[in-house]
Amino acid sequence: MAMLSRAADQLYWMARYMERAENMARILDVSYRMSLSSTDGDSEHLQWGPALVVAGCEGPFKQTGRPTDARNVVEYLALDPANPSSIRNSLGAARENARAMRTQITTEMWESLNATWLEIRNLDYEKLEAMGTRAFFDWVKERSHLFRGVTYGTMPRDAAYRFARIGTFLERGDSTARLLDVKYHVLLPTARDVGGAVDYYQWGALLRSVSAFQAYRRVYRDVIKPRRVAELLILRADMPRSIAASLGELTGLLDEVREQFGRNYRSAGLAHTIHDRIRFAKIDEVFEFGLHEFLTDIVDSNMAIGKAIAEDFGLPY
Amino acid sequence: MRAPDGNVRAAYARLAQWLDNTPPELLARKRHEADVLFRRLGITFAVYGEGGDTERLIPFDVIPRVLTAPEWDALSEGLVQRVKALNAFLYDVYHGREIVRAGKIPAELIDGNEQYRPEMIGVEVPGRIYTHIAGIDVVRVSADQFYVLEDNVRTPSGVSYMLENREAMMRLFPELFARNRVQPVGHYPDELLKSLRSLPPQSAADKDEPTVVVMTPGAYNSAYFEHVFLAEQMGVELVEGQDMFVEDDKVYMRTVAGPRRVDVIYRRLDDAFLDPAAFRPDSALGVKGLFEAYRKGNVTLANAVGTGVADDKSVYPFVPDMVRFYLGEEPKLANVPTYSLRKPDDLKYTLEHLPELVVKEVHGSGGYGMLVGPKSTTAEIEAFRQRIIAKPEHYIAQPTLALSTCPTFVEEGVAPRHLDLRPYLLVGKDVKLVPGGLTRVALRKGSLVVNSSQGGGTKDTWVLER
Repeated sequence: MAMLSRAADQLYWMARYMERAENMARILDVSYRMSLSSTDGDSEHLQWGPALVVAGCEGPFKQTGRPTDARNVVEYLALDPANPSSIRNSLGAARENARAMRTQITTEMWESLNATWLEIRNLDYEKLEAMGTRAFFDWVKERSHLFRGVTYGTMPRDAAYRFARIGTFLERGDSTARLLDVKYHVLLPTARDVGGAVDYYQWGALLRSVSAFQAYRRVYRDVIKPRRVAELLILRADMPRSIAASLGELTGLLDEVREQFGRNYRSAGLAHTIHDRIRFAKIDEVFEFGLHEFLTDIVDSNMAIGKAIAEDFGLPY
Repeated sequence: MRAPDGNVRAAYARLAQWLDNTPPELLARKRHEADVLFRRLGITFAVYGEGGDTERLIPFDVIPRVLTAPEWDALSEGLVQRVKALNAFLYDVYHGREIVRAGKIPAELIDGNEQYRPEMIGVEVPGRIYTHIAGIDVVRVSADQFYVLEDNVRTPSGVSYMLENREAMMRLFPELFARNRVQPVGHYPDELLKSLRSLPPQSAADKDEPTVVVMTPGAYNSAYFEHVFLAEQMGVELVEGQDMFVEDDKVYMRTVAGPRRVDVIYRRLDDAFLDPAAFRPDSALGVKGLFEAYRKGNVTLANAVGTGVADDKSVYPFVPDMVRFYLGEEPKLANVPTYSLRKPDDLKYTLEHLPELVVKEVHGSGGYGMLVGPKSTTAEIEAFRQRIIAKPEHYIAQPTLALSTCPTFVEEGVAPRHLDLRPYLLVGKDVKLVPGGLTRVALRKGSLVVNSSQGGGTKDTWVLER
């Protein structure tokens, strides 16, 4: 049965928001970790400011007038109902999209999203602290893992499944690109820091934030070097949160949709072009081109793919 | 549960024994489990405008309501008869109006009715069926008598609770189902789909398997859960107005693979919102041109447009006459004796007996805008009296009934509470109904109001095997 365009749109956003919630938890987890291993008594502002930048929430947070400290940043990015990007709101939006399209998802998926929402909707900072800050981030990641696992394990491999997965990988590729870009150009720092302990911890934290710290060690058997971190997170197709892997999944899914409906879509062509660019790139070329420029291209391309998907499948109308 | 002599009715014999042996703590725990289950599944209804949580659970009572097979058979015969008469009446309203010409129903009850749709005059609907899905609310007043409280022939809701209540009971008390032979209700969605498919439009491409959809006003509608549930159970698309468009007087839905023709729409929104070109121009929930497509016979709407003229409280007193007029039979199911306050004699009687009567607004629903005489203070009665005198034609009155009760698990333990029953009738090529319905129970002691918006709850409804 052909699926409604609106359903495709909502499934896609359901998965995107869930992935977004997970990425936000990862960002906060890293900041938290870094604040614990701070070397020279950095101000809380220095420890927590970057999280706001990576999350794209620096401006709106400033407008609240609150000081940049652990409590305020965690509260704003994790729980604030007034922050559209907060974990709470992403989980709520994932659930609302699912609710609007419940016929397309399995009962287990709905129950998982709904239970997640029911747990977070009344959570305030005091309760979060009592639960343990790290435990909270782990909880968010686990809920996201669970959701993905349930999606993978229960959904028929039809259009609905593919649109949900498309949302997941578009969001993930986007998030990894932003994370890397901000790390390189905002967190990095004065010459004194480069190669120093702070730098080590920051790149290490970045790897941890995408669950790639151990993988780095295994792949390179080397100290942490920015160029290798970039290679791992941009070009290595075997790293599940890398840009290459995300684009690989995305093109595969768009090809499947193309096959299912026997049509050609602009979004698939676009995704292939960008995927090829990544597949055949060398990390030295990337740095020659300029890492920031390269990552900006990726973020823009992701946006263009998103737009083409909307046009190809008639969403939103 | 009990006959007037205090003895337990046959239907409840086994259940009463079980209740005697079940400690209240277990019932409390099971009720809690049921709450968790319903909330996790998202079986909620939405309440807006009161602040607080907009998604509420309808309280579920873990003690079922039980009917024997002969009791059910007698009741369902009456229901089938009634829904046939209502459909015949609706056809007549929009065609010859023979019942008016025969002097059985005053024309102004039709023409003056807000739900009357003159646009439907002369429109031929498939099978001449207007109400495909009807919910007829009945109450039991004695061992062998049910009264009809009201007919719901527009978009009756609640059937998902009938199904989920049964699911919950089977999960919570499997041993009860082993001991009692209860007739199943789970095939309702299959019957619904069969019924909807049995009346395709003339121009449907595949008359055996027309494309059926459920049309919802959206996720913020109070019955949204049910719309999802039914679409899912039938395996059809759940669409909103924005998902469809009309071209050359045919209806299509927008899919990722392009437009796709829609043949039968089980619509769960009111007439007024269906088509901004035909009805309320400000409706963002409908589909422009839908009514014209319908008029031309290119799509089936279930229920048809304009059915509300048959379930209005001012028309209700005439339903037994409809049965006699159209079917030539005596009604098997009686109305609650009803005073029509547009009639001077009835008005006079009502005003003299307000403390004993229930007065309802003709167009009201949901238990608002009614007076329950025996439960009201003198001041409330006087205030309502003024409203009646101002617009008597807006009201009907009924005696307070000795409604049956059923044991219900409430704060003080297991205690009798009043209940009603809404069985669901499916009208396609023939009339079907699954054995049971939605039992609503007034959880407040002595209360007769079972509406969920007024503190009512629900129960599983058992019809025992023969």
